[in-house]
Amino acid sequence: MIHSFQFQNQNVLLDVESGAIHTVDDAAFAIVQAIERGEDPYSAGIDANTVSEVLSDLEELKSSGAFGTETPTAPEILGGSAIKSMCLHVAHDCNLRCRYCFAATGDFHGERMLMPFEIGKRALDFLMERSGTRHHLEVDLFGGEPLMNWDVCEQLVAYGRELEQKYNKIIHFTITTNCVALDDEKIDFINREMHNVVISLDGRKEIHDALRPTVNGKGSFDIILNNAKKLVAGRGDKEYYIRGTFTRKNLDFLKDVKALTSYGFNQISIEPAVLPEESPYSLLPEHLARINEEYDALADYYLESRENSDTWFNFFHFMFDPDGGPCLRKRINGCGAGTEYVAVTPDGDIYPCHQFVGQQEYKLGSLDHPALRNDLQEAFLGCNVCTKDKCRNCWAKYYCSGGCMANAVLYGGSLETPHEISCKLMQKRIECAIGIYLAER
Amino acid sequence: MKHIQTIQKPCIKTGKNTACGECQASCQSACKTSCTVANQKCAKEEK
Repeated sequence: MIHSFQFQNQNVLLDVESGAIHTVDDAAFAIVQAIERGEDPYSAGIDANTVSEVLSDLEELKSSGAFGTETPTAPEILGGSAIKSMCLHVAHDCNLRCRYCFAATGDFHGERMLMPFEIGKRALDFLMERSGTRHHLEVDLFGGEPLMNWDVCEQLVAYGRELEQKYNKIIHFTITTNCVALDDEKIDFINREMHNVVISLDGRKEIHDALRPTVNGKGSFDIILNNAKKLVAGRGDKEYYIRGTFTRKNLDFLKDVKALTSYGFNQISIEPAVLPEESPYSLLPEHLARINEEYDALADYYLESRENSDTWFNFFHFMFDPDGGPCLRKRINGCGAGTEYVAVTPDGDIYPCHQFVGQQEYKLGSLDHPALRNDLQEAFLGCNVCTKDKCRNCWAKYYCSGGCMANAVLYGGSLETPHEISCKLMQKRIECAIGIYLAER
Repeated sequence: MKHIQTIQKPCIKTGKNTACGECQASCQSACKTSCTVANQKCAKEEK
């Protein structure tokens, strides 16, 4: 399978099954597109000598395994029983009332509650016992807002460090926070202990305040920006992301990226909101053309900014390193929800991931009954880019890895039906990422 | 080749020394919603 596209007037060919990338002149681009449409390349309106030359070039590429490559054989073992990653819901409560919150403003459609230390401790024990031979493990302190249960966060990290010694493993703790309840002591702890920090901040003050109000309905921008700046200033070389969300209310989200860079942040991720169609904030098919234009403009701004060390920044979805990227197994399997990755709620229920929390039919088990549902695990394991009809023939499959399965269930009705708009946005971002990679070489 | 320039050679890793499972779960990295692996690193390559 070949995917052809243009980025900043450059003609690009991606050989999907091998990952090879080529740039081509206009004649070759037109000929490849004609071939892909099943047409005779000699009828593409290009002189016969040129067509012969291009076909000869393509044959040479084919023989080197860089064009028209066959689908590689999927690894026999796609998953397994080892759990390596856990989303720990230390707080099903939040001090914000975000308009687009997938977690029903923090309670996940249930009771507002905090995770007792004992539950968190048992969750970490469970992770250790189920992690098999995996050496590197991940625990994200998540909510709601995890800072609302700070003492337990500290206790769990301390306990995790004990477990690392006992089991000879490494736990990469991360935290996803809105920063509202940060203080200097918490900042020091986070910057010492957390492998990565994901900070929720949407960009422009007016956008952020409209979408991320406090419980009392006031804007949260000023306090969050101040705290986030302090946190990031102390991180040194450690990872962080400013993670914003865009909705139909800010399709001009490049302005939000620019705002975030103007505040001094250089690790940025802006994610599209995924919401029911009827939400006043949802992204709809009629918004796609406008969003694609915005991604193109963002790519231009990105390239320009990265020419100067003072304005350099990193955009999560434009990062692309083909040589250092993951193996085929990872590309096929994706996020590992329900198999390698689980979420644990404050009362000890276990779900395939944080996005499934509260959907009883997807409850995998609980810390009291940790024999996880085999049928569900099999369903998740069997749902990958090789098995899903829509993914199997998609050019972006080895970069997207099948999309969010929770969104597939919520908006497509089953694990096997990826969310259409998310697919389109992912494809656009991957084209931009490849184009940026080519431009920066 | 006159009309085509190869920028990236085949890079989808399928060899024996793959599938170790030590890399980061994609959803844990930053997004928590979209599970791209395009921007992920192989844990072995990172060492």
